[in-house]
Amino acid sequence: MKFLRQVLAIVQKDLAAELRTKENLSAMVVFALLVLVIFNFAFELQGVDITVLGSGVLWVAFTFSGILGLGRSFAAEKDKGSLEGVLLSPVDRGAVFLGKATSNFLFITVMEAVTLPLFALLNNVGMPWFPLIPYILLGTLGFAAMGTLLSAVAASTKMREVMLPILLFPVSIPLLMAAVKLTGGALQARAFADVSNWFNILIVYDVIFLVVAFWVFEYVVEE
Amino acid sequence: MSETLIAVERLDKTFGARWALRDVTFNVAQGEIVALVGPNGAGKTTLLRIIGTLARPNAGQIRIGKIPLAEHPNSARAAIGFVGHQTFMYDDLTAWENLNFYARLYDLPNISQRIRQVAARVGIENRLNDVTRTLSRGLQQRLTIARMLLHEPAVLLLDEPYTGLDQVAADLLDQIMADAKPEGRAVLFSTHDLERGLAICDRAIVLKAGRVVHDLSRGAWRNLAGFMEIYARVLEERK
Repeated sequence: MKFLRQVLAIVQKDLAAELRTKENLSAMVVFALLVLVIFNFAFELQGVDITVLGSGVLWVAFTFSGILGLGRSFAAEKDKGSLEGVLLSPVDRGAVFLGKATSNFLFITVMEAVTLPLFALLNNVGMPWFPLIPYILLGTLGFAAMGTLLSAVAASTKMREVMLPILLFPVSIPLLMAAVKLTGGALQARAFADVSNWFNILIVYDVIFLVVAFWVFEYVVEE
Repeated sequence: MSETLIAVERLDKTFGARWALRDVTFNVAQGEIVALVGPNGAGKTTLLRIIGTLARPNAGQIRIGKIPLAEHPNSARAAIGFVGHQTFMYDDLTAWENLNFYARLYDLPNISQRIRQVAARVGIENRLNDVTRTLSRGLQQRLTIARMLLHEPAVLLLDEPYTGLDQVAADLLDQIMADAKPEGRAVLFSTHDLERGLAICDRAIVLKAGRVVHDLSRGAWRNLAGFMEIYARVLEERK
């Protein structure tokens, strides 16, 4: 219970700070909307089938704007040494990871919740909310977990803004491929059996990313 | 006989090929206030960070009371209060929210009452609802000291704690360190303010190039001038 109380304390602290400034969320949402609008102009001229290319557009918006939030996640902790304040406390490093990963997952999910209806509106497509939302949440989960770990790595380097995408995107390729294929399958109303292999891959990568990041986090944040 | 609350034994720390600490051994007893002094780069901050569990040594052992630091870091952390070069505070949270967050990490009971107590002790009880970024450096340092006292630690570690404090706040910090004696805490602090540091400490440990070169109890120096004589010799040997 103490572990969960500490995780909750970290999540609530991040939410309180974000609600006061709204810096991260506003940047993420604006960036995601810009991506949608730019792609919308490009595709309108070409007359493409948005149910085919839409999944790629969505995940470009999700991952690139998600990385903005992930980048700030530990940079803000480092600015006044507050991460050290947390590490001085008798808190399991796994609880710190889970707290930060949960906050990041929530911020990215809020950005996605704003982005998805706008995508539907701009492209005039009906959204198959189920199974689309579970697929997107599962993709976001793995992305946020690995992103949290690598954000902690990048925050310790001089080129942290550049380092995070360089580290995160190559590692996330299998997860993002599965998320894009599943999202595409949902937009094209394909049967689950057609995409079940990608679903399995997504689940496996979610589990791997969560477990690896949970165990490795301690060695990343401690000197 | 007072219990040893900080026991450091044969501590080594290197950064690459450079020795930051070498064969450092000393104890700090309950109710004892010990100053760490030495020139820049002597290893004071590294030593405090290792005892505070923020860095790991290459060799050696540390005990906080009876707790071996390497084996039970979280139990040791619960007994340590630390003030470092940075405030450890979140700029966008209020003073109250910051203290509440740390109190929850320490899993303290009666958090509201405890926050009010420590805030009153450091004189920020009227500023608890202010966002931290709006507080002056001195008030932020007081908030940091409140955070250090929040969980009533047995061991206080302070790295250059007078930085940014005005005269009133520095006197307050002296009082908190002096109170640590009857409260049965052990205090280990680093300082370059020798006049203030020596006035309050029971012992002074002089570090040079990562080694303990002097461990002097109060009787070893009669006044500041007496200590400065010893310290000047240490600095001279450095050249």
